[in-house]
Amino acid sequence: MAERRARLRAAYGAGPRHLLVLLACFAATGWVALRLAGEADAVRMLLWFLGAVVAHDLVLFPVYATVDRALRRIVHRPAPLNHVRVPALASALLFLVYLPGILGLGGTTYRSATGREPTPLLGRWLALSALFFLASAVAYAVSRWRRR
Amino acid sequence: MPGDGTGKPAGEREYGFPAPLWRALARHRPPGAGAATRGWRSPVRGPWLTAVHGALLLVALPLVFLTGLLDHLAYGPRFGQAFPPDVGWLRLPQVDWPTRPSWLFRVTQGLHVTLGIMLVPVVLAKLWSVIPKLFDWPPARSVAQVLERLSLLLLVGGILFEIATGLLNIQYAYLFGFDFYTAHYFGAWVFIAALVAHVSLKLPRMLSALRSRRPADEARTGTAATRPEPPDPDGLVAPEPGPATVSRRGAVALVGGGALLLGALTVGQSLDGPLRRTALLLPRGQDPGSGPNGFPVNRTAAAAGISDADTGAGWRLTLRGGGREVTVDRAALHAMAQHTARLPIACVEGWSTRQTWTGVRLRDLAALVGVPDPASAHVRSLERAGLFNQAVLQANQVLDGDSLLALRVNGADLSVDHGYPARVIVPALPGVHCTKWVAAIDFRTDG
Repeated sequence: MAERRARLRAAYGAGPRHLLVLLACFAATGWVALRLAGEADAVRMLLWFLGAVVAHDLVLFPVYATVDRALRRIVHRPAPLNHVRVPALASALLFLVYLPGILGLGGTTYRSATGREPTPLLGRWLALSALFFLASAVAYAVSRWRRR
Repeated sequence: MPGDGTGKPAGEREYGFPAPLWRALARHRPPGAGAATRGWRSPVRGPWLTAVHGALLLVALPLVFLTGLLDHLAYGPRFGQAFPPDVGWLRLPQVDWPTRPSWLFRVTQGLHVTLGIMLVPVVLAKLWSVIPKLFDWPPARSVAQVLERLSLLLLVGGILFEIATGLLNIQYAYLFGFDFYTAHYFGAWVFIAALVAHVSLKLPRMLSALRSRRPADEARTGTAATRPEPPDPDGLVAPEPGPATVSRRGAVALVGGGALLLGALTVGQSLDGPLRRTALLLPRGQDPGSGPNGFPVNRTAAAAGISDADTGAGWRLTLRGGGREVTVDRAALHAMAQHTARLPIACVEGWSTRQTWTGVRLRDLAALVGVPDPASAHVRSLERAGLFNQAVLQANQVLDGDSLLALRVNGADLSVDHGYPARVIVPALPGVHCTKWVAAIDFRTDG
């Protein structure tokens, strides 16, 4: 038994539990995939599934890492650097999460659901972002003034 | 054999079968692979930071998953009115959705949406913390690693898919063009299967990483004193770390702050009064109008194709049960005993509101046609098309003392957009099943 396990380990690269756990995961996913295969929009769903990974790993991550690298080249000391990073991240996070409203994408559906005109949200997002940067700048100025 | 059966993949230098293949793969480094491996600079990236975010998600994500399932259950899958209607083996237990507490659906759905949104920065931070693994070369040294990577594709794809479809749905931007319910329901199962596998394989690693540093020490360590973690077998710690620009406590605080910011800008859509406006960037934080009918509308009469003639003086409600049929007009309903209840109405999109409804108890209407103890009730709207132009209510939902065919809200007649001449309101029932512009109710004795 122990020898069999050792052989599996050498060939497969991990213990039997590893294999079982992953096979169970693939069985569940495979079942869902088969079930969805009949849907008219199955390919679209798959594209969105894989597209979400590509959008994060090969677009969002490289973009924010590059922006941060550029920022670190301009601002060297951690304190002022983080007083730019924090409001920038907060602003970017809000944009990412509330993007449909900020870009006014759901307007037609909102209008027919509620009978009311959607409020344009781009201005609100810009105002919030400006507030974050302003608050961060004030906090930085206060901390420098205190240290003196 | 030490470590056997723990599920840990082979060590860095070991190659599985067929070894020549994996070795050849390792030798053929694409241009830039070396730079990518050595290029990671952040000294806070490491097993401890990954484990902290992993532990947070391990507690919170199952809560989002469970509240999502509860919402599916609240739709009444046994009447075929939960979406997607046919889920095969993933069918949930056939239980009656309770009517008490009346805020039950308001809380499960509000929690699902609000917590789901709050976890976005935690998910992003977790992905940031492990992203060097994505650019590792060779990408695998054994079949085990290939399979594990594939399961990670399902894990990462699953959570990002759920976040993206959920966020677009609650903001009415149906860019994806497929059925939201089907995609979000099955996507959740793909994600949870991959999560169970990931946790089964990585839990010991998470626990040992959490134990490797004391939170109290981290809470005291500022940026200047922050040092990288010791090199780890998973290769998360940067081989050539740069100077710290943020402490570990700072990184965790940043992620937590992001989550709180999102929570603060989302929770308003589940609150009434001036606090609703705090959902500054969400459609349901916007002004719903004023007066007794000034609360959010989910579907206007115009969108539902309801005309003035439909709801005018000629409107009649048809009640059926036990072979009897009774037709009543609005005056006859007003002449019956009126009951007032303060009940929330909550949408699957995560927003809710509590209003004061007045009308006839559903159980009184059931008694009127001689079925005082119905097994269910089928409510039909005047609306001709539309996914929610009818709903089946369970026995407990018909018989609850606060379940109403509402004629008035906050002391005024219902507006046509809120369902005039009459709408259903049942405690803890999803908003779309509180049928508006009711045309007929069929009280059934056979379930």
